[in-house]
Order: sequence, then structure tokens, then C-alpha cells
Amino acid sequence: MTKIDSKIPAGPLAEKWTHYKEHQNLVNPANKRKIDIIVIGTGLAGGAAAASLGELGFNVKVFCIQDSPRRAHSIAAQGGINAAKNYPNDGDTVYRLFYDTIKGGDYRAREANVYRLAEVSNNIIDQCVAQGVPFAREYSGYLANRSFGGALVSRTFYARGQTGQQLLLGAYGALSKEIKRGSVKLYTRREMLDLVVTGEGKARGVIVRNLFTGEIERYGAHAVLLATGGYGNVYFLSTNAMTSNGSAAWRAYKRGAWFANPCYVQIHPTCIPVHGSYQSKLTLMSESLRNDGRIWVPKNKEDIEKVRSGALKPKDIPEENRDYYLERRYPAFGNLVPRDVASRAAKERCDAGYGVGNTGLAVYLDFKDAIDRLGKEVIKARYGNLFDMYERIVDDNPYETPMMIYPAIHYSMGGLWVDYELQSNIPGLFVGGEANFSDHGANRLGASALMQGLSDGYFVLPYTMQNYLADQITVGAIPTNTPEFDAAEKAVKDRIQKLMSVNGTETVDALHKRLGLIMWDHVGMARNKEGLEKAIKDIQALRKEFWEKVRVPGSPDGINIELEKALRLADFLELGELMARDALHREESAGGHFREEFQTPEGEALRNDKDYMYVGAWEYTGDDKEPKLNKEELKYENIEVKTRNYKTA
Amino acid sequence: MDLKLKIWRQAGPTAKGQFVDYDVHNISSDASFLEMIDILNDELVEKGEDPVAFDHDCREGICGMCSMFINGHPHGPEKATTTCQLHMRKFKDGETITVEPWRAKPFPVIKDLIVDRSAFDEIIQAGGYTSATTGGVPDANAIPINKENAELAMDAAACIGCGACVAACKNASAMLFVSAKVSQFALLPQGKVEAKDRVKEMVAKMDELGFGNCTNTYACEAECPKEISITNIARLNRQFIGAKLG
Repeated sequence: MTKIDSKIPAGPLAEKWTHYKEHQNLVNPANKRKIDIIVIGTGLAGGAAAASLGELGFNVKVFCIQDSPRRAHSIAAQGGINAAKNYPNDGDTVYRLFYDTIKGGDYRAREANVYRLAEVSNNIIDQCVAQGVPFAREYSGYLANRSFGGALVSRTFYARGQTGQQLLLGAYGALSKEIKRGSVKLYTRREMLDLVVTGEGKARGVIVRNLFTGEIERYGAHAVLLATGGYGNVYFLSTNAMTSNGSAAWRAYKRGAWFANPCYVQIHPTCIPVHGSYQSKLTLMSESLRNDGRIWVPKNKEDIEKVRSGALKPKDIPEENRDYYLERRYPAFGNLVPRDVASRAAKERCDAGYGVGNTGLAVYLDFKDAIDRLGKEVIKARYGNLFDMYERIVDDNPYETPMMIYPAIHYSMGGLWVDYELQSNIPGLFVGGEANFSDHGANRLGASALMQGLSDGYFVLPYTMQNYLADQITVGAIPTNTPEFDAAEKAVKDRIQKLMSVNGTETVDALHKRLGLIMWDHVGMARNKEGLEKAIKDIQALRKEFWEKVRVPGSPDGINIELEKALRLADFLELGELMARDALHREESAGGHFREEFQTPEGEALRNDKDYMYVGAWEYTGDDKEPKLNKEELKYENIEVKTRNYKTA
Repeated sequence: MDLKLKIWRQAGPTAKGQFVDYDVHNISSDASFLEMIDILNDELVEKGEDPVAFDHDCREGICGMCSMFINGHPHGPEKATTTCQLHMRKFKDGETITVEPWRAKPFPVIKDLIVDRSAFDEIIQAGGYTSATTGGVPDANAIPINKENAELAMDAAACIGCGACVAACKNASAMLFVSAKVSQFALLPQGKVEAKDRVKEMVAKMDELGFGNCTNTYACEAECPKEISITNIARLNRQFIGAKLG
């Protein structure tokens, strides 16, 4: 086993980050101007990092795939952002946020990183308020909080159901300020297609495609930060945006960066159910709805047939004939259990034949009790925009009749392996936000993605990248006319040429939908050995078919959306296999990774701490070779490792 | 549903564009407008033709990327709805639907239905932020803000930067967009410090980029998918006059 050095500073947990900052290397203001940094992605992590590094005086080049940095998919996060402020005086502390996050992640995250995340969470709220983020407030004028899953305190700050939008616009404002000042240069409609690693093994640049002109461009820098989000779109249907993809991370993997825990993906319990084969994406209904909504299915099979056919309305089913299964199974946390637990419980009821909706793959999320208790106006003020969105998509009024929801792919806890400094095993390659594997273990708690993105971007990377860059001040500008850049650019051009010349009969989306079904059926909410072995074979066969049958019309010069999608799918077809491989090797159930062979008699996830309390960091060894597994052992010195229990407090 | 589509096709920024007719069949009324275009594009790709280029990303009505001018309305006929959240049940079987890009001088067409909206980024860069740098800011609750102002600031901040207001305006004015950002900060104590410079610089940039004047037709408010109120424009005008006077 490779000994992995995650560079965790010595000392007591609560002092590690302070200790790190006290002893790290810095770059003096005059020398910062001599250092170039590339940031890929302008979501919360990338946007906040680019702005903060620019403020410090570094030369930043920032790239986004959309037409503006304001459109990164962080914008779609709805419910909120956690912080240990303890404004409600309900007993929150930094340690408790750390504890809940480690426990929520099913004891598969690194203690030191998670503690730092909890520690800087309070700075994030301060920063965002200073930027003018219009968080919800009480009549006193002070900030309001609400609850999210997996916590017994109210620590979630929010801006209606648009928290991600408001935080991203805050970061976008900070970034715009630096663009005006000239410290940051913005490149829009660019997609990273390769990482450039020099002979000495350092990340020194990227190859991107200009999505307008089709030109392949090269950029050099002293360090590269990837903040390119998650890989949920490997399933085709997910809550991710259409351009969200895994290619930047995957290309880094193929240049030697390790990919950690790819099998840990989050399936969000409250999404609008699938309704047709033409469907392009799934829409999330915020977890915040579980503060006031109660989840149930009918208790009796005879009612199921009637509600599915429309003969019986859910509101006419009497209380005693309803099964509020989360409240029944998890009395302490009730409807606010973590996402993996809620998703599996929904699947259990639907598999047992109690699902509603015309497909039988839905459960009710009911606001009747909350409306009776608080009044329609209060519910409207809290969730109005979400209720409107639901009605627009489903054509049903959730104030009158319960919402129908079902789990959907939402977030990837897995990602590129990083150490305490958020640096990958390739020196000079840093990874932030959802693109790294760092803080959420096997399951992420609600309202923690925004916290992690901004923590990485504002408060961690500006320090740790500087520590790395301190000895780079004499290096000089990184040339891009080197053999490494030539080779990387040629590899990209060859791949594009190969795709264009297949000239087959299948559209990219048709092939992607088939990959999505393999992944959902076998690498989805419940997995088993037989299914995972089948998935690996099926993906390999589909990959072969893709390279024989895909049809990419037009030319690579200029806008070519089918080519963009084909490049992304080619990488998903490799990443999907690694996810299945990782899921197959991990013979335990942990968080979002549920292996049917490993469960308690009550159907709860059964971990195997003796054999699997490690981060699985996969190393690329060649296209037709099996990847190598490196293991980073996880040590818990500040928390007692237990079986997760959401039944009693 | 069966539909007849008249879609604006334009090969590039300088190419001459034209409407091209397409028929689509068996579209589910539960499909979104963009899913209907996806189906058309799949058919075009299968025939070896160039698919219709259009902007879109989140498909949840929040990223502001989608931008189709449908039957004479930005984002189509349904109120308070982006193109991606518009569903086919809002149309009639057999209907003819006209689809164009945003038409405004500061938003040049790049291809088919895609326009260049980087002018909006330039306006924000001119001053649409507070200059607070990372770190060194006070505790969040050290700045109490009355709930009413916080709510009004949030109403204004809900703008998604899609440009429908500009597309709807006969003068191609960006006043609703600019006023939303100016209002958000004018309503909050954090924004007061730089209020005068912000409004002057954002308005100057808007003029420089060729956006037209506001002549109070209210078309922007009527077509805004996030229902940004025209009262923000009144606030912008007051802020602007105040800044100029002193």
C-alpha cells in the first residue's frame, strides 16, 4: 500500500489550522505580481478563490464554460448554508458542526479538514453579509436560521429558496471588482480539455477549447486550481446543469491525479419524479421543505391502486391510513434525517409496492399540517418560489394537494484526491469545491455544499496556494511553447478528430441515456456485487459502441454542441466504470454507498470499519489496464466512531 | 402535440439570418419548451443537419442562460417564467410558434438563438458590488437590517441577468437590470458607502455600451421572469440625481 501523506498539521484538532497559518510560507506583495494562477470554474469555490487571490495581488486567469461567471451551477442551490454561529442560542458550537458533518458523512471524511470547515463557517457568513448578500432576517433586523437534515440545531442561513444564487452573485461581485482592477482576467465559453504537467511533475497549465471559435488554446501558470463541480451527469438525469461535467477532473486523473471515492454520490430524496423519456434533467425541491413538509405513503395497498389511477385523492385518505415512514422509523430526527437515509427509505416503500404517482415511483411531501398550523401566508413566505416552480413543472398546486417527490442524483462526494492544503498528488494542482473529495465523507449534509465551496474559495486556498507558490517567485513566466504543451494540445486535437471521423448513426444523447440507465440500475441507490460486475461489462461494451457509432455532425471549427457533448460523454464512459469498480471493491455500506449484501436486519447501512475505514484513491495506469488503488487511512482521534443513529437523539 | 416552428437560423455573427420552418410531432404536453427543441435537434442530427444553437444550462429558471424570444415575448407568453420552465401545455396542438434570439444592438447574435450578453458583465464590473475584500469584516449580526428593507433588497437581487428586459424594450434599455443591482445596495447599509460612485459608473457604462433610454412603457417589468419591479427604476433615478447633485 502506498503511504499517503495528507499533510495534516500536528497539534490538537482545534489548533491545527491556526498553527498551519502561523507557520506557512507567504509571498511578499511585490512578488505576487510575478505569479500566475489559473482557475477553472467560477462557481462558489472557483469564483471566491479567483477573487480572493486577485485581491492578494496574484495574476489570475479564470475560465468558465458559460457566457458569464454568474451562471455557474452553484446558482441553483436553494436551501441554505450552514455555520456554527449559534445565533439562535440552541447549543451549536464549531465542534458540534464538525461532529454532525463527520457523522453525517458516515465516518468516511478526514477529521482535520472537516474541523477547519466548521471553524471558518462563521467567517463565510460575515463575508457574505459585508458583500450585501440579502439573507433572511427576523423582525429584529438580525439574521434568521432554519434547520436542515442531520442536525438538532438551526444553523442554516438562507436567502428565500435562492441561497446559492445570492452567494454566487456575492462571489461574482467580488470577482467583477477584481476584473475591473485588472488582477483577474476572465475567459468565458471555454472548456478545459487537458491539464499540462511538466517533466518535473508539476501542473503548469491547461488546454482549453474556445466554444465559440472552436480554437484550441493553451495557457500556462505557476499553479492550477480546478473548481469544476461534480460528475452527477454521468447518470444523464440529475439535478446538475446541462453543461456540468466530469471532464476537467477526469483529464487530471489521466495525467496522474488520484480520483478518490468515486462511488460516493448523493441521491437527493426530494426531487420531482421522472415523467418521460424525452426528459433532459431532474429538478430538486429544496431540503428546507422537510422543515414543514411531512413525508408519507398510503398504509393500505387498496388505497395505492386508487390514488395511482386518480380515483382517490391523497387528501381524502384519513390520518390512520397514512404511513409517515420517516417519523415511524426515525423518531428523533423524523423528516429531517440525512439525505441518504431519506432516499433509501423512499426506495424501500416504493419497492414494497407503496409508491404513488402513475409510475409508482413517488412519495408524498405534504404541507397540510403546516398550513393548518401556521397559515398559508407563512408557508408561502418560506417556500413560495419552490411551490411556484413545482406547479410550473407538474401543473399541480402543492398548497391544495401534496407534492410528489422521488430521489434523484444530486451531488458527488467523491472527486479528485487532495491533501490538507487542497492540493492533489500532482504538485501545483489544487482542487476546490465539489470537484474534490475532501469534506463530506460518504454523504453530504444539506446546506454544507455552499459552506464548503466558499470555505475552500475564500478562506483555505488563498492561504494554501500561497504556501506552495512561495518558492516559485524566481521561476519566471511559464512558457507554453514547450514539448509538454505541444503534446497535450495534439492529444486534444486528435481526440476531437477521432470523434468527428466516427460518423456513425447514434446521437450523443441516445448513448448517454443508455449509460445513465446502467448507472442508475446498478451504481445507484442500492448496489450489489453481481450488478456492479454487470455494470462494468455493460459500460465497456457501450464505450466500444460509442467510438463506433456516435454521430457528431458539422465541423470542430466554431460552435458545435454535439461535439462538446460527445467529448464529455467519452469521459463519462470511463469515469462510470471507475465508479462501478470503486463500488464493487468497497464491501460495506457507508452513506450514499449502499451495498445490499451489507445491511442490518432493519435495513440500515452496515459499515465495515475494520477493513474499509480509508479513502480509496484510484491511480490511472493506462487505458487498458486496471487502475491502482491507494488507501489513505482515516483516523478518528476527536470523535467516537459509532453506528449512525437517527432514531434517538 | 404537433407543432409548426419558425426558428431564426443564422450561421454566424456577420452572416445573414432567416426563419426556417420545422414540423415536430408527438410532443408531450408535459415536455418543457427546451425539451421540445431537444427533440427537434435530435431529428436534425440524425439527418446530418446542424442542430439549432441556443443557450441554456440549469433548466430550473435560475442561471439566466436561456433566452428565446417566443411568439413576440422574451421567454414566451407565460408570466414570470423563463424559457426553460415554460411547458408545452401552454400551447395549442397544431399551433405555429415563432422563435427568435434577443434583438438588441448591445446583444449581437452569435449563432441562431445565441446572443452575446457580455455587456451585462461589463456593467456589473463598473460597480455592481461592495468593495469588501476577503477577511477583516465585522460579525454578520453587527449590521442589523430592518426586515422590510432586507426583503425589498432580496426582491431586487432576484434578477437572473437574462436580458429579457432589454429584449422587451423598444429602446433596448437596460434600466431594469441596472436598477435592480443599484437598488439592492441602496437598500442595505453595506451598499451606502459606495452608493454615489456605483450609480454614476454603472449608468455611464450602460450608456457607453449602447443601451437605450427608458421611456416608461413598463414592457420590461411585464416580461421579467423574476418580476423585478419598475419601482427599482424610480429608485435608480433618485439615486442618480442625488449622486450628480452632490
